Amino acid sequence: MRTTEQIIDEILNLASTHFKTSRQGLSPDDDFFKTLGIDSLQALELLTRLENHFNVELPDYEVQGVNDFRTLAERIQARL
Amino acid sequence: MIDLKKHQSLGSALRESLETFADETCLIEADRERENHRLTYRQFKEASLPLAKFLEDRGFKSDSRGAIIMTNQSRWPIAAYAIFYRGGVLVPLDYKLTAAEQLALLAHCKAEVLVTEYHLWRAMTQAAGFTEFNVGQVIVTDAPRNAELHGALRWEEAKGAGGPDFIPRTRQDWACIVYSSGTGGRPKGCVLTHDNYLEQCLSLTALYPFWPGVRYLSILPTNHAIDFMVGFIGPFVCGATVVHLRTLRPEYVREAFPRYQITYVALVPLILKNLQSGLQKRFDELPQLKRLIFNQLVNLNRALTRTRPNLGLSRKLLKQVHEAFGGELRAIFTGGAFSDPAILQFFYDLGIQVANGYGLTEAGTAITLNDFAPFRADTVGKPLPGMEVKIIDRDPEGIGQVAVRSKTIMSHYLDDEELTAESIVDGWLLTGDLGRFDTMGHLQLFGRVKNMIVTEEGKNVYPEDIEKVFEALPVKEFCVFASNYVWPERSMLGEKLMIVLRLNEGQQFSDQLRAELSRHNNTLLNFKRISGYVLWDSDFPRTASMKIKRVALAEEIRSKFDRQTSLKEL
Repeated sequence: MRTTEQIIDEILNLASTHFKTSRQGLSPDDDFFKTLGIDSLQALELLTRLENHFNVELPDYEVQGVNDFRTLAERIQARL
Repeated sequence: MIDLKKHQSLGSALRESLETFADETCLIEADRERENHRLTYRQFKEASLPLAKFLEDRGFKSDSRGAIIMTNQSRWPIAAYAIFYRGGVLVPLDYKLTAAEQLALLAHCKAEVLVTEYHLWRAMTQAAGFTEFNVGQVIVTDAPRNAELHGALRWEEAKGAGGPDFIPRTRQDWACIVYSSGTGGRPKGCVLTHDNYLEQCLSLTALYPFWPGVRYLSILPTNHAIDFMVGFIGPFVCGATVVHLRTLRPEYVREAFPRYQITYVALVPLILKNLQSGLQKRFDELPQLKRLIFNQLVNLNRALTRTRPNLGLSRKLLKQVHEAFGGELRAIFTGGAFSDPAILQFFYDLGIQVANGYGLTEAGTAITLNDFAPFRADTVGKPLPGMEVKIIDRDPEGIGQVAVRSKTIMSHYLDDEELTAESIVDGWLLTGDLGRFDTMGHLQLFGRVKNMIVTEEGKNVYPEDIEKVFEALPVKEFCVFASNYVWPERSMLGEKLMIVLRLNEGQQFSDQLRAELSRHNNTLLNFKRISGYVLWDSDFPRTASMKIKRVALAEEIRSKFDRQTSLKEL
């Protein structure tokens, strides 16, 4: 069973790969819209990537109002 | 299309539609690659009337207010029709607001009934303002089996036995209360009558008709004025089909076009931009020779459709592009915020008409719309039938405030006579937007008189709505502005909010203060955040009752500071 920290780490890796940005520049409590320079639609693209990686289905509402990687990780963990 | 002229209300018009088009497909609901269900108009009626009866049994009657907070799905129009059937006033609220904001608006509009999704209801019950919650009946959808419902009833159980009584309304009765903004400061609940909607529907369908077999892809939230009209009322009174997607992941939205052979869709500029960049990427990845041929075909299409669109020709020339959209797409509607002309031109060159328009919730949806005779990427089109539009207080270049008069203009702002009186003067709605008519009668927009922004997703944000979150900032005083209000730019693109800070004596704008400012800022939903700050060096001008004189302050800043050097990024 993955810990939250492990999930965060995997999310940051995926995000840096998908959006072609430095992994070192990303932290768990970052506002991912600002740090990654993305809009809400691009955030949904990331969500699909995360679903495929973690093999879970995340309804769109799970990320509504979510801005940071840590909270995203918690939402994913709850569905694992 | 049914004859709207003989109907007094939305409920009455929809009622006739459900009979007239009984066997036509009304709704298709899909979730990712799965199709949840399809409903005919007859089945829609069978789903909605038990809910209307349930409401009747609970005392819901004419002028009772029923709120809906849901993502796009079949149950949205089903619930809306039940409310209209009982002569109620619909309050469509934005599911993307925070729970606290939704609670505030529910209190403001004095809703008696709320239909919402379980996860939204759960968030509301956990919000600080829930102790004041006063909606008599809550109905929730998708509640897990053992979920704590806090007094709400499941959708499946909200059914009455027997036929409900239809309560007729007149055209001047209230149909909806639609909030154009004001979730943190002064709520702007636009009261729209049945006449407003019926007239708007007539003028829009005159330009863009619907009929049985037409399929509209409903992506914009149905609480939004555009989707409510072209994604619910318009298709329904014409016997067309509305396709709802339970997820808005771009890959599923793209697939929906060919899967359901979509005829029309409405998109906000943000989604349009995303669509354009996705297409451009695919074109750029074509092998060189194919790319060359493709570019020639696009150029040819552009040349041959210079004066008017020719959908048949464009579909032949650029077959693969149109097949990717299902081969039946007639137009994309866009509005709610300003569209980049280059993006509109991109689609037009492919033979895809993006009908760019301009409107306000206060005006009942659309004021102007491009009619493609010929295509103009640089304007928001001509006034729709029934719309009188004029420019007031013109400057030497002919630019002034856009004012509108029409049967579609709202009745008033809910419980706000003062704001209503400021906004509707001698029957003319003052839009707060700056524009000018060109020689072809097209309206061009050049900025705003109002101190507000509209995001790429079509969200209105007023500074007063968000100032509350900064109240604890350790500064002497502050004020939030739309940057373009302080330094007007003749552009509707890239609108941002900024905060003007007056520091305490001896105080510096330290890293600590910046972090504090960011912390408060991050409590706001993404699209409401400020992006910059200005350090001001004198006390804000105030009225006798200590309200900030915003106009005067903006003028002072403008006269003393220039944007480039004084507006700092947060």
